[in-house]
Amino acid sequence: MIAEIYITLKETVSDPQGLTVKHALESLGYKDLVEVRIGKLIKIKLNSKNRRLAMRQIEDMCRRLLANPIIEEYNFKIKD
Amino acid sequence: MKLSFAVVVFPGSNCDQDCFYVIKNVLKQPVKYIWHKETNLEGIDCLILPGGFSYGDYLRTGAIARFSPVMKAVGNFAKRGKTIIGICNGFQILLEAGLLPGIMIRNKNLHFICRYVYLRTENNKTRFTNLFNSGQVLRIPIAHNEGNYYIDPKGLEELKDNNQIVFRYCSADAEVNEDSNPNGALENIAGIINKEGNILGMMPHPERSSEEQLGSQDGYFIFKSILNYLKTR
Repeated sequence: MIAEIYITLKETVSDPQGLTVKHALESLGYKDLVEVRIGKLIKIKLNSKNRRLAMRQIEDMCRRLLANPIIEEYNFKIKD
Repeated sequence: MKLSFAVVVFPGSNCDQDCFYVIKNVLKQPVKYIWHKETNLEGIDCLILPGGFSYGDYLRTGAIARFSPVMKAVGNFAKRGKTIIGICNGFQILLEAGLLPGIMIRNKNLHFICRYVYLRTENNKTRFTNLFNSGQVLRIPIAHNEGNYYIDPKGLEELKDNNQIVFRYCSADAEVNEDSNPNGALENIAGIINKEGNILGMMPHPERSSEEQLGSQDGYFIFKSILNYLKTR
């Protein structure tokens, strides 16, 4: 099983990286951009065959280490 | 009574020797290193979490270091009301460990900023600032990529209500405004203490400004304040 975890900054938190990339894209001529936000993708390969257990584990990992709840949100999907 | 300082060393710490040097040779007090795998903090009065790039700043600054074996002992040390100062990466580790509120995000201009800044002493009634006047302007250098302090509005209110903001970035004449904010930190916050007042986190480096020949001695008086507090206890 592979878990794909997406970690993004909360909407209320400014994203200086995203803003800079937006400016760079605009300088390339892409003029009608509303916003650019940058996040992280973490892939974890699991030995587990139990999907529900895997989901609980990943949820736990996100809460305890992978995301910081003050500024970040996470969601994930689990593929076979 | 003999006082004892200690500097915690994580893999990737790089200001540990500077802190050690200042305590030993400038403040002239006993000091030792604590490797991050040690868990015994007996006999230590003040713990310094130095700057650097612990664990390569992987995932988020300080996020991995908080799981070092020593951090559990640091938590207990904190609960006992003992003195802890986290500088730069040390501050980021304290934030990730939940010993101080809030978090650091990337500097607003995305640059690694390494230069002298001015700080206004917002709270001089702490064990870290008792030798400063209220509002005194200090000149201490910063060197960081993630010093853009953030906390939610409720957290910010709490910081203010409890007088936990210790230093704000300011101009040479004590103006706190956007021009004097090097990294985009919320309300120019450069240093905070916990509610109990025994833990200080600050992004600027007092150990790099502890001798006149380095351009400023203002940082020295933070360590001297701690010594002052420990001696009069």
